[in-house]
Amino acid sequence: MPSPDTIRRGQHVMAVCNACRYCEGYCPVFPAMEKRLIFAKDDLAYLANLCHNCGECLYACQFAPPHEFGINVPRTLAEIRLASYEDYCWPRGMAAAFRHQAVKSAALTALGLSAVLLALTVVAGVDVWPAQPAGDFYQVVPHGVMVALFGLAGGFATVAVAIGCRRASKSFRASGSSSTVDRPTRDWQGLRDALTLRHLHGSGPDCTNSEEQRSPWRRWCHHLTMYGFGLCFASTSVAALYHVVFGWRAPYGYGSLPVVLGALGGVGLLAGPLGLFALRRRRDPALSDPSQAGLDESFIFMLLMTSATGLLLLAFRNQSAMALLLIVHLGFVLGLFVTMPYGKFVHGLYRTAALLKYGSEARQ
Amino acid sequence: MLGGGNAGLCAALSARAHGASVVVVEGAPRVFRGGNSRHTRNLRSMHDAPTDLLTDAYTEDEYVSDLVRVTEGRTDQELARLVVRGSAECPAWMRRFGIRLQPPLRGTLHLGRTNVHFLGGGKALMNSYYAAAERQGIRILYDAKVVGLDLADGRFRSASVAANGSVEAIAARSVVLAAGGFESNLDWLREIWGPAADNFIIRGTPYNTGVVLRLMLDAGARPVGDPTQFHCVAVDARAPKFDGGIVTRLDSVSLGIVVNAQGDRFHDEGEDFWPKRYAIWGRLVAQQPGQIAYSIVDAKAIGHFMPSMFPPKAAHSIPELARMLDLAPDALARTVDQFNRAVLPGSFDHSSLDDCRTEGLTPNKTHWARPLDTPPFWGYPLRPGITFTYLGLKVDARARVVMTNGEPAANIFAAGEIMAGNILGQGYVAGVGMTIGTVFGRIAGDQAGRHAVA
Repeated sequence: MPSPDTIRRGQHVMAVCNACRYCEGYCPVFPAMEKRLIFAKDDLAYLANLCHNCGECLYACQFAPPHEFGINVPRTLAEIRLASYEDYCWPRGMAAAFRHQAVKSAALTALGLSAVLLALTVVAGVDVWPAQPAGDFYQVVPHGVMVALFGLAGGFATVAVAIGCRRASKSFRASGSSSTVDRPTRDWQGLRDALTLRHLHGSGPDCTNSEEQRSPWRRWCHHLTMYGFGLCFASTSVAALYHVVFGWRAPYGYGSLPVVLGALGGVGLLAGPLGLFALRRRRDPALSDPSQAGLDESFIFMLLMTSATGLLLLAFRNQSAMALLLIVHLGFVLGLFVTMPYGKFVHGLYRTAALLKYGSEARQ
Repeated sequence: MLGGGNAGLCAALSARAHGASVVVVEGAPRVFRGGNSRHTRNLRSMHDAPTDLLTDAYTEDEYVSDLVRVTEGRTDQELARLVVRGSAECPAWMRRFGIRLQPPLRGTLHLGRTNVHFLGGGKALMNSYYAAAERQGIRILYDAKVVGLDLADGRFRSASVAANGSVEAIAARSVVLAAGGFESNLDWLREIWGPAADNFIIRGTPYNTGVVLRLMLDAGARPVGDPTQFHCVAVDARAPKFDGGIVTRLDSVSLGIVVNAQGDRFHDEGEDFWPKRYAIWGRLVAQQPGQIAYSIVDAKAIGHFMPSMFPPKAAHSIPELARMLDLAPDALARTVDQFNRAVLPGSFDHSSLDDCRTEGLTPNKTHWARPLDTPPFWGYPLRPGITFTYLGLKVDARARVVMTNGEPAANIFAAGEIMAGNILGQGYVAGVGMTIGTVFGRIAGDQAGRHAVA
């Protein structure tokens, strides 16, 4: 739940913005706001998840701090967004996790999982420094164990995230006035906008770093990250298909589809998060909610480590270090899965849900 | 450049184009830079054919006749025509400095033919101009107040500028005065309006104190415009004294009634459309006791006017609303009762001058009159909100300041609100302030730049 104080702040900001409307041309937040006169919790959550935190509206605002109205839309909506993540979280008891995410805790989770895996492997009598590994991961962690582990972790993450998405959509649907009755989306504008990050640019060609400083890098790094993640996911799916349907067993050759997809995705997932880290450092701190640094950075870190360990594993899969690298990589992938429903990952799904709603509203 | 608003920056960039070394003296600290331009959002621009931003055509003659109409002839037609002609190339010129323009906002569709809008509004515009100025090596002094001007034989020699705790004389070959009007100088307002001025709200920057204007008048510059007049609209009485900008204005007037502190109506609320209505109610409220009035509407009006940032006082009965507004419940109930009984049947249409009116009241409401009978009742307190003052410096077509002997000063130029009175003797039309600032800023900067490098 957003605190009453957060809601009040959101309502104050929206009251001023709705009376001004100068920022209407930047992004969907403002046109969506103009359709409303009252800003209850669900309305604020919807607007907050529409916001891409591009930052343009802060610099354009004649009422921004130190003006006595103190209007900072990006930061206020970021605060409300975090509260909405907690609201939609399943199980509810895990909501507190969003505020406790940090690079350190994420690393410890992943390494802890690696340590457990290592211990189990040792107990099972597996050689963790094999002389001739020949890229056979199942020699270290048997296929059945891997399927069980990731089936469980992935299944849990999927269920938790799906419930979160359902709650988010329900909350967004509850937002609106009589003039904004939701209809089923008939076109894919919202999805297209989500996939192209159209609104990250404040309707200009580039993303804002600070006042009057724009560059396209934030969008490109995000694209590398998001599509890199997608390629890695595709790589795993293809490999599963090979194994289950065709009975083709790993390891797959360097020219094979799973390896090509995974390598490409891994490079994207390496370069993208590194870039996002670097851009974060240079970004004007006024644009974000400082209490969410851990949430943002831990997710970027986990993605980065997943790809880094994965690429190392690929490079050294025929060396003795393979077994240990595999265990560390699996630890990070597992860690990514279990922290996913309680981390920054959800932003993409909730943003998409908000954009889909906006698409259906905008046509009315 | 004395002043760092739209006119000052347009002048600075234009002077710099001649290779002149330029200093902008801005009275505000960096965060509040840009004068009243930070509260603007569009610029009125003539065009003979549709452009990427503007529909149809808005010809020179139509634009000039609009200016003659709103000023009721109190305009220097030669300068007005100069501004109108110059406005045609403003959008292209502005874009050279990274200004991003857009078609009209949803609330300003009626301006789609005449006005180009700044993406993000005037502060975004000023950010772009300042960034361009910095890129071009223009020096900017923030939080710097002009305290004296050294003139000899109608020539500018230097300005004394107080900044960082000391006063420095800045000498220059030419100067552009772009320091705005005097609307935020409360003492000056009191000289004209007496104690009533204490109840005025200044909608824009607190830095337009009129120091440069007064120094120039004292030094023998010829004034233009009515020294007692200002552009004034009704704003929410809860607005801050300064800088409340656009979000404090209220447009509920025509949908209900307006009463003064005694609970009496005092003017026809249905007289005319926005923006004419918008521009007269500030003055009407200023003439009421205590310079306060209250706009009262019922549930039928809710959602049909632009919201102000302040929530209305809401009640289920008129006496209850009166108590919330500190009005005498009996008096307000009587006024509403009389009004309701005087409303004639009609078909309500807020988009035309409809036939809903009252009969037998003083004053009558001539359009959009519907009984106030459906709770909840909403009330907003109103005060006069000053946008700008009309008193300025007389200039010629080269933006040179004209002295009392009728001779233009050789190296003193003026642009923006400080000389807008040449074109706007009274009244206003949306976006023309920015046009005057941009066109005359460019002329003044061009002239000052040429003069400096000659």
